[in-house]
Amino acid sequence: MSPNYILKRIALIFYTLLVVSLIVFAITQILPADAAVMMLGENATDQALDALRQRMGLNDPVWMQYAHWLIGIVQGNFGTSLRTGQPVGPVMFEALGRSLLLALLSITFMLILAIPLGIIAAIRRGRVADMLVSLISYVGVSLPEFVTATVAVLLFADWLKWLPPTGYVPLTENFGSAIAHLTLPVFVISIILIAHVSRMVRSELIDVLHADYIRSARLKGLSGSSVLMGHALRNALLPTITIVALDVGYLLGGVIVVEEIFAIPGIGRQLIVAIQARDLPAIQAGVLIMAATYSIVNFLADMLYAALDKRIQYD
Amino acid sequence: MTEFLKRLLRTPQGAIGVAIVGLVLLVVIIGPWVAPHDPESLAPLQRYKGSSLTYLLGTDQYGRDIFSRLLIGARATVIMAMLATLAGTVVGALIGTTSAFLGGRADEAIMRTIDAVMSIPSLLFALLVVNLLGSSIVNALVAVAVAFAPGMARITRSVALSVRKQDYINAAIARGESARFVIVREMLPNVIAPIIVEMTIRVSFAVMLFATLSFLGLGAQPPAAEWGLMVSEARRYMHLSAGILIWPSIAIALVAIGFNLLGDGLRDALNPRA
Repeated sequence: MSPNYILKRIALIFYTLLVVSLIVFAITQILPADAAVMMLGENATDQALDALRQRMGLNDPVWMQYAHWLIGIVQGNFGTSLRTGQPVGPVMFEALGRSLLLALLSITFMLILAIPLGIIAAIRRGRVADMLVSLISYVGVSLPEFVTATVAVLLFADWLKWLPPTGYVPLTENFGSAIAHLTLPVFVISIILIAHVSRMVRSELIDVLHADYIRSARLKGLSGSSVLMGHALRNALLPTITIVALDVGYLLGGVIVVEEIFAIPGIGRQLIVAIQARDLPAIQAGVLIMAATYSIVNFLADMLYAALDKRIQYD
Repeated sequence: MTEFLKRLLRTPQGAIGVAIVGLVLLVVIIGPWVAPHDPESLAPLQRYKGSSLTYLLGTDQYGRDIFSRLLIGARATVIMAMLATLAGTVVGALIGTTSAFLGGRADEAIMRTIDAVMSIPSLLFALLVVNLLGSSIVNALVAVAVAFAPGMARITRSVALSVRKQDYINAAIARGESARFVIVREMLPNVIAPIIVEMTIRVSFAVMLFATLSFLGLGAQPPAAEWGLMVSEARRYMHLSAGILIWPSIAIALVAIGFNLLGDGLRDALNPRA
């Protein structure tokens, strides 16, 4: 992997953010919301509104507003929320932290379940176990998060009373309670990912098991399990890194719904609140931070892939 | 064609997918005529009923017949999902083919921009578009189509590029076939097949995305019998009667599973090598 390639990938991240910032700015510009009216209320005098518009730069040409916004972000200033009057950046990054915790736990839980399921399905290809895994994965990819979340709350919180229905407790405050509150959200987010990734692991492993080097390993007398563990798995699991990274976009979408249902103060819930209140600076910052997260995760995944797979020579 | 249908029905995915999607389309067409009750008539004395002969799947929080509501809601959910997918595919296919046709730097620039757009999760993109246009079913359709277009563009482009490189295309050109023949008879059938597969699978995503938008209050509005909206409204009353929640959830899942299976079945049938 040449430094040239890494630089090119980093430049691409900036290009991505530039495109996303243009889209978000365009969308929020067209939105029929007057920031000055939102801040001062419907009954404000025209004079007061004019003064505020002047101060906020709302009378400037659009490209100048965009430039001011972009320069602000580069300096770490994402603007001020129209709803709360607080700076948007710190609020969004704090919320992002909670969402990342949720996402990381979900990915871990997903990998623990999806990889063994995929392996079992591949080894027992065409038998009952394989059918069962594909049945589970078909049902899994077909259930939207809001359905699984609602049913899970009904089942585990209302009926069985095993887990709290909604809410968020910081890990540092009360570890046990925090984990109890995170269990259902993590479970719900993982379902679609488990279904997707276990199918990928299955098909990758089936491909790898047909490769010549696996046949020669078998012919030289290695046992089935050491062929699987020592030869096949490593190559079958590598593409999973890319799949999981691409799924992060889907994961972030799921996080939005799950945070809304379970009342977790993460970036998804902040975004929904901002969208409903037409809080333009908050929407802009939230979408940009989400897109940045996605790009950075995919960049890291590419680097990890290249580091683990010596055959790959990016240039 | 019959040969193809036979191949499709021979795989378990294809057979079950055809059965489910067939049933769903039947409900979409005849649903409103066979619904035993008015989906919007309120019956305060008949609330939270369980399954019975009068109310096959019970009644909801306003005493409305859940079975009738599901039959009528199928139109809102399924037709919208199919239209949105089709619209997203057409736009995406145009962008993708253009990009593949232009090639070189233009192709590179278009694809990097598409990648950039795809870094916004499709649900979030759809939320932004609906918020921009206002919540309604038609705007939700536009939002889902816009959210799908970049992904379809990427797929169309890669399919078009790989087909262009195939030997049979070069052979046709070497034979001296006209450009029209090469494009219409050789390239198009091979480009369309994978796109139809991808489209079928995406209908199930669209059903889920639509239902999610309605669930978040940004798609269909009450008292519409849209399935996602039904789940959303059921949340407050689910401890009184689980049926209000369970039946629309099953309906959404069934449609999504059906289109997923059909898509996989089509892929196997169109691609006999695999």
